[in-house]
Amino acid sequence: MSITFDSSTPEGTEDYLQVLAPDGTRHPCPELDHWVEDLGIQDLENLYIDMACIRRLDTEGTALQRQGELGLWAPLLGQEAAQIGSGRALEHDDFIFPSYREHGVAYCRGIDPHDLLRMWRGAAPSGWNPYEVNMANQQIVIGAQTLHAAGYAMGLKFDGSNAAAITYFGDGATSQGDVSEAMVFAASYQAPVVFFCQNNHWAISEPVTRQTAGYIADRAKGFGLATWRVDGNDVIAVLAATRAALAHVRTGTGPAFIEAVTYRMGAHTTADDPTRYRDALELEEWAAKDPLDRVAAHLDSLGADLEALKERAQQATDDMAAGLREAITTMPDPEVDDLFAHVYSHPHPWLEEQRENYANYLAGFAENAEASK
Amino acid sequence: MKTLTFSQALNTSLRDSMEHDAKVVLMGEDIGKLGGVFRITDGLQKDFGEHRVIDTPLAESGIVGAAIGLAFRGYRPVVEIQFDGFVYPAFDQIVSQLAKMHFRSRGNVKLPVTIRIPFGGGIGSPEHHSESPEAYFAHTAGLRVVSPSNPQDAYTMLAQAIADDDPVIFLEPKRRYHVRGEVDTDLVPEPGSLYRAKVAREGADLTLIAYGPLVKTALDAADAAAEEGIDIEVIDLRSIEPVDFATLSASVRKTGRVVITHEAGKFAGVGAELAASLTERCFDHLDHAPVRVTGFDIPYPPAKLENHHLPDLDRILDGVDRAMRRNAPLLGEDG
Repeated sequence: MSITFDSSTPEGTEDYLQVLAPDGTRHPCPELDHWVEDLGIQDLENLYIDMACIRRLDTEGTALQRQGELGLWAPLLGQEAAQIGSGRALEHDDFIFPSYREHGVAYCRGIDPHDLLRMWRGAAPSGWNPYEVNMANQQIVIGAQTLHAAGYAMGLKFDGSNAAAITYFGDGATSQGDVSEAMVFAASYQAPVVFFCQNNHWAISEPVTRQTAGYIADRAKGFGLATWRVDGNDVIAVLAATRAALAHVRTGTGPAFIEAVTYRMGAHTTADDPTRYRDALELEEWAAKDPLDRVAAHLDSLGADLEALKERAQQATDDMAAGLREAITTMPDPEVDDLFAHVYSHPHPWLEEQRENYANYLAGFAENAEASK
Repeated sequence: MKTLTFSQALNTSLRDSMEHDAKVVLMGEDIGKLGGVFRITDGLQKDFGEHRVIDTPLAESGIVGAAIGLAFRGYRPVVEIQFDGFVYPAFDQIVSQLAKMHFRSRGNVKLPVTIRIPFGGGIGSPEHHSESPEAYFAHTAGLRVVSPSNPQDAYTMLAQAIADDDPVIFLEPKRRYHVRGEVDTDLVPEPGSLYRAKVAREGADLTLIAYGPLVKTALDAADAAAEEGIDIEVIDLRSIEPVDFATLSASVRKTGRVVITHEAGKFAGVGAELAASLTERCFDHLDHAPVRVTGFDIPYPPAKLENHHLPDLDRILDGVDRAMRRNAPLLGEDG
């Protein structure tokens, strides 16, 4: 008898908290509504513009890779609400431990275009100083950063700080031991950390059903975490759930977990070809749940000036694209000496020798070139 | 001066570091009430509290990963891995995170984490309790790897490792935990001395390099060789990464012969690097190829066989005789 695996979408995917339906209808959500009572039209417009900006950032990132300006890019297309809704819920002192796809969260931190692109261009191993923006550098090992967030949050607790840590990861990462261990540590010390899982349904070519037979959020409950499962394409729901989770962890009674159910509309990275493993119909289905369209539809129903909003969005996204282009054209290549810089925090004799020997080797070429003139 | 065992010296060093710097926290399995399976942290939780001497869940990757997060936050964690063979679940966090964060962040994030690992054999334990994993870590850029051989160094080097802003793998020779020695806790070490080798015994005929548990064996071997008229210089390597090649090369240039001994297997072990580098640096001064006396390239054997696996005084002397051309070369080493 052969064993067959069901790789279809699990039944009850819709079993999540939602404030804004895909058609823009706002409906009551008792669990979340009071966390977003303050939101006015202006706030919704700003969230829309934020999402438009990071969508443009993503389009530009992909284009820059295609033009040979970036070595690689990890698209966020489709995950705008998950990243903006959570990113905009954070206080300045909250510390973020991201994976490699959180360009939208980095945008919320005000990280400048040079720093956003530097690593993807291959000009440096990372983009920014974590302590200037309270956001760690991109983490490429799947799930490893969740432990750093748990440890950081233990430190917050020991310090008596009111700040929180938040860590981002995907559905694939939930299979990693580190993510489970991070939840064990966080729960054991009641550390103020929010585990933010963007369930985008695909870990490169493997569907979420290959990672779990049930809901990811249910697994977190088993670790004793306060858990929310929300429509990750609903920016209001994500904002509300993240505010709720942050408020919970700030009470010092334990960590929280959010499963934001969303969809990776693009490739895993620019090196990936999703047509090999997923159905175009699935894309159509998720395109109908677009995070931006539903906010626009909702604003329309509230009588907002949609045309003015779209003009504003156009201006903001054009400015962003221009900033990215300017960053790429003015970004210097790294110096050869950067090879050896910062491997250690203080001098290391073996490495000093290698650095000097290589410098002499390179200088030999320069001398030869001079002599042959 | 106090007379302390190796393990008391470590305990005193941890206590003094914690008193000196409130950001020093200890993490590990059973290190609190129990004081660690080797009692290295005995009494510290009682005196410093549960937030400074942290009993952790039983998950090594979690321990090191959480230590990284605490270091991100400004803490100076000292992690205890219960036994050498249990460090591998933490390998990714050590090799891909701890070692690389300073480079990745362009020097913005310092991770002053010390990972204490009781290592090596000779205590009659089952599998996974007697390993020598130093080469894995020495091979990894971004880590520093040290091993003390006596109570004074146990005290001083641990304090230096904790104070260092780089991550340090601190390998404790567990079979020497009960060795007694004089310890000067007021000794102020020279800056950078953590990474210097020490000439443990001067000699003119041959350089014998050892670290951690085998330094005592090497010194005993040198005494025995002296009776046969061979004057051995014993070097206690102390720092496995970086290696103090200045001290090593000076000795080898003087003696012209070098024997390297460690418990770990020979292939791609620390001795391979020392032999190759010392040959590069001292080729014109060598009277014989470097000789390695090491454990075999096998999984750590059952306790009843470990005496065959571990280099002892006689096997070291056998290697010395080969380096002196008194013994026939080994199979495959006959030039």
